[in-house]
Amino acid sequence: MKLTKTLLATSALTLAAGAAFADAHMASDMTLVSWGGAYQASQTKAYSEPYMAANAGVNIVWDESSAEAVAKLRAMNESGNITWDLVDVEAADAIRLCDEGLAMEIDHDAMLAAGNDGSTASDDFGDSIISDCFIPQIVFSTTVGYRADMVGDNAPDSICAIFDTETYPGKRALNKRPLANMEWALLCDGVAKDDIYDVLATPEGQDQAFAKLDTIKNDVIWWSAAAETPQLLADGEIVMGSTYNGRLFSAIAEQGQPIGMLWDAQMLDFDGWVIPAGLPEDRLARVLDFVSYATDTQRLADQAAYISYGPARASSAPLVGNHAELGIPMAPHMPTDPNNSKNVFVTQYDFWADYRDDLDAKFQAWLAQ
Amino acid sequence: MTDATTDAGKLTTADGQSLKKSLHRALRRQKVRALMLIAPLLLFILLSFIAPIFDMLLRSVENDIVPDTIPRTIVALDDWDATSGETPGEEVFAAFYTDFAIAEEYKSHTRLGSRLNYELTGISSLFRSTGRKVGKFETESYTEQFTAADAAFADPAQWAAWMADDAVRAALPQTADAYDAWSKIVVDLNNDVPSEEDPADFVYTGLYNDLMAGASVASIPSVDVSGWEPVSLREQFIDANDGWADPAVWATIKTYGGDYTSGYFLNSVDMQLSGEGVTQRPEDERIYITLFVRTIILSIVITGSCILLGYPIAFLLANLPLRSANVLMILVLLPFWTSLLVRTSAWKVLLQNQGVINDILVWLHVIADDNRLELINNATGTIIAMTHILLPFMILPLYSVMKTISPSYVRAAKSMGANDWTAFWRVYFPNSVPGIGAGSILVFILSIGYYITPELVGGTKGVFISNRIAYHISSSLNWGLAAALGSILLILVLALYWLYDRIVGIDNVKLGG
Amino acid sequence: MASSATDSAFVEFERVQKSYDGETLVVKDLNLSMPKGEFLTMLGPSGSGKTTCLMMLAGFETATHGDIRIGGVSINNIPPHKRGIGMVFQNYALFPHMTVAENLAFPLEVRKIGKSEREEKVQRALDMVQMGRFGGRRPAQLSGGQQQRIALARALVFQPELVLMDEPLGALDKQLREHMQFEITRLAHELGITTVYVTHDQTEALTMSDRVAVFDDGRIQQLAPPDQLYESPQNSFVAQFIGENNTLTGVVKEIGNGKCLVQLDGGDLIDAKPVNVKNVGDRTKVSIRPERVEINKDRLSPDAHTLKAEVLEFIYMGDIFRTRLRVAGHDDFVIKTRNAPDQVRLQPGTMIDIGWLPEDCHALDA
Repeated sequence: MKLTKTLLATSALTLAAGAAFADAHMASDMTLVSWGGAYQASQTKAYSEPYMAANAGVNIVWDESSAEAVAKLRAMNESGNITWDLVDVEAADAIRLCDEGLAMEIDHDAMLAAGNDGSTASDDFGDSIISDCFIPQIVFSTTVGYRADMVGDNAPDSICAIFDTETYPGKRALNKRPLANMEWALLCDGVAKDDIYDVLATPEGQDQAFAKLDTIKNDVIWWSAAAETPQLLADGEIVMGSTYNGRLFSAIAEQGQPIGMLWDAQMLDFDGWVIPAGLPEDRLARVLDFVSYATDTQRLADQAAYISYGPARASSAPLVGNHAELGIPMAPHMPTDPNNSKNVFVTQYDFWADYRDDLDAKFQAWLAQ
Repeated sequence: MTDATTDAGKLTTADGQSLKKSLHRALRRQKVRALMLIAPLLLFILLSFIAPIFDMLLRSVENDIVPDTIPRTIVALDDWDATSGETPGEEVFAAFYTDFAIAEEYKSHTRLGSRLNYELTGISSLFRSTGRKVGKFETESYTEQFTAADAAFADPAQWAAWMADDAVRAALPQTADAYDAWSKIVVDLNNDVPSEEDPADFVYTGLYNDLMAGASVASIPSVDVSGWEPVSLREQFIDANDGWADPAVWATIKTYGGDYTSGYFLNSVDMQLSGEGVTQRPEDERIYITLFVRTIILSIVITGSCILLGYPIAFLLANLPLRSANVLMILVLLPFWTSLLVRTSAWKVLLQNQGVINDILVWLHVIADDNRLELINNATGTIIAMTHILLPFMILPLYSVMKTISPSYVRAAKSMGANDWTAFWRVYFPNSVPGIGAGSILVFILSIGYYITPELVGGTKGVFISNRIAYHISSSLNWGLAAALGSILLILVLALYWLYDRIVGIDNVKLGG
Repeated sequence: MASSATDSAFVEFERVQKSYDGETLVVKDLNLSMPKGEFLTMLGPSGSGKTTCLMMLAGFETATHGDIRIGGVSINNIPPHKRGIGMVFQNYALFPHMTVAENLAFPLEVRKIGKSEREEKVQRALDMVQMGRFGGRRPAQLSGGQQQRIALARALVFQPELVLMDEPLGALDKQLREHMQFEITRLAHELGITTVYVTHDQTEALTMSDRVAVFDDGRIQQLAPPDQLYESPQNSFVAQFIGENNTLTGVVKEIGNGKCLVQLDGGDLIDAKPVNVKNVGDRTKVSIRPERVEINKDRLSPDAHTLKAEVLEFIYMGDIFRTRLRVAGHDDFVIKTRNAPDQVRLQPGTMIDIGWLPEDCHALDA
């Protein structure tokens, strides 16, 4: 029976090792979750590197899981083993996490730094605090880029160019979800901007939006990863397409692609931090210290030197400087720049929180037809 | 055994014990040892495979969030007729007030809202907006009037003493129930002692309701509440959000009030459970049947193209000399060693409108420049990319089966006068069918559950049911629906497996030798 | 059609060579001619080229050089399925997905023979191998011997003139094998089929064949009826390969008159029949069958040479006694004596004299 004993011991060891490995969370490590790529790089440079330089005892570890953050946080919550300390999520996900009790509620004024102009944190962040659990970080927008060389002298200046296949023949890329597409469809079908969400809440309004989208259904490539649109534009596969403004900025400014920006009717959205609910006291204290530092006026302005997303604090805007490598001023590339924000949609989170499942089912059914 | 004797028709050993028993004992040791050997794997499979599947099945019907969060409301709703078209009465709202006030403390009302929003759009915001206001209901006036009537009502210690007295508890059931829930909140959430904290408004409301119902207890100060102005909780809720006046909301709560629900499964087949029973979903929301059918059809097509492309390769592999076969085998396995995303991206570059294949065809004047083939972002793209990815799973079992087909079969056939084709079709092919069966099962089952590749190259017409499952798991958090869809997929695969067994016979599946 | 060999030749190999890799010859200059109705066995160790010859005849291998003819017609360019040759394979090659009857019907089907005639022929073939009741079974449900019979019936069902058998009995146990050997020869002779039979089992070759071709190193070493092969081997390979055999080495001292005198390496002189030694002084291997060794001096001519032998071991084998002796420095010299009432049982350690008739002792190439 010696063999059996050995086997049992081995398997026990294996399980233990697996558990230990999953738990290999060293006391000094603080796990931050973000999206990877250029965006996470900007956070590393602007927040975590200076913070670690000032706080020798803390080691920040990054995890590129934000795309699955909601599901993973729920799984962690169910298993009672929360390994993340701070999670970067989109506003809509923050609302969902907050509703589910998976993110901690934040007392913004007490936990976050005041603006450098003396305003309270909640005033400084203003409308960007879209949920009690949400610590805003950046403003980004879903906007449209077009192939400058394919539109000739007739560069589009209205979002409705998407629906104008006569003037702008060719494929367009749109996000494979209803958000932004439904609003744009109604806007271009003559619904007044202020009425759009009221209309969209009714079945007739939804039908109207789908009818408008029907007119271009065969000309659309639907994307599910934001990187697809810049790539499709670069390949000449599409004449225009929606994506996040930072992606277009890097394709235009950093890669020199012949792409133009169409800021009209951009969908403003926020991205920020949430703290997982149920962190132990010591980890909570540590992460609060970090997040207060990382979202102060200067740090948010610093981040804008690496990526063209606007700081969520009003007080950071004047401090936005030049691109860290290209040296060009970043302000004109921000979605909040007055030249860009002449016609802006601010995503209605309450509406989408309620109607997301419903509209998504309809949208997918429409796509499948 | 040698001494086995027959005793009254039963075999026994020399010492008179039952032969069967004795044999059983002799074998038990072996069995135990065998069990010990597989124990680690068994444990692993149990933990990593069986348990999750069981969990998934459970989740697809689980609904205890509703009765757990608003138990009093569910009981109160028993007497309400969902088809009456009227908003429930005051007593339902009273129960709901207690439930909701407690749920708000635990923040579980938002989660319940999300759950019910799957069934009726708008409930989520109804719960969230009401959650912010429920602490400011006018029931505060009860609290004020009680504490004004007698200072004992403002004394937490006195409350604790009353609520420890069984006679009081029996006389004031609503009060006791509310107080217990409140004290649990105080202990659980705030780490405080109930006997030192002022009870919440809903406790006083419970006391008011009890007294109005005619309860009288000697040990608490006598208060005449009949003259007080009643606070209509119904109005309070409707003031907070007029959605509460909608009978549909209450019908949904009542319909989904059980511990278990068929709602997720119904949703998975484009049905819904409403006050009127099971009905089809509106046409513009029917999606899952389409997706299931498409998943199966595309998987069959993919399996078919894998057979068409894989069979000749496997045949060549099995009949080449070992050295050349090894080189070819490496080429076959190459896709295995390349990352899935890299391969899929490569297909994008090849297949897209301005891609390599279209460019070559245009250059060869096979197609016109303005009439390029749509090879990607549709079902064609999914079929091409998935066939490529799954091809090794077809080739390997085919190859290992073909390897065992003795060349003498074909020779025998030829010696008997069969030409090459007849020898192949009548003799070689039937013997390779087990390989086709094994490869087809592998490819079909793998493709039915694939989602990364369809997501990337499938556009809208080439995505599978698994893409929706992934969406509900990671994005919409509707795990119940994802679990139901997954369970249906599992049942579908098992059913097809059963069908295959009935038609072809599962012993006709060979992965090799 | 030009026929270069005798009129009676049905199957002919003429100067056939075969190489797989272009460097070595597996079959070297093979010439063979067999008349109709003959049962010819190709016998040889593995790698001797016998199976290759069979495969060339069947059409599954092509000759690198030379001509193979059946009935005077060169078949080099005729594909196997048009050669009309019945074949029994080493592992029977019964089609596992067909029943026994379907297996037998297969060659008839591809010949487009009508259903009723087909069924009749199948039944007759099954009856012929005493398997009439097994038509509905699958090959896997049959024993090895039964499968063997079916394979035989399948090769014969379309009445080929020539049947090739590639070690068909290799997988059977001894008793069954002996029975089948008898069955096969009986059928072959009854049906008047020309048979080419490949085996590495010499007993099989001797008991079944009209003639045996002994293969070694890509050549036919000897082609003769079994008795000739056994009693008059042409060279030391054949002598050693066929039957049990004692070998002694020495030098030819005298030669002439169909007799020769050989001085063994130990110095003893013996009488032998010269087979392929020609001159005095040639080195030679002499070979004597164990049963031809005489231990009773009285039965030898008075002038015969004898050898001293020491008994090493006596083995009782029922019908015969097998005795191992040390002779002229070799201690693997075996003699066999019949178990007769007056037969002596030699005790180990005793010294005896042994001798033989000169014609039983063959002086072969060294």
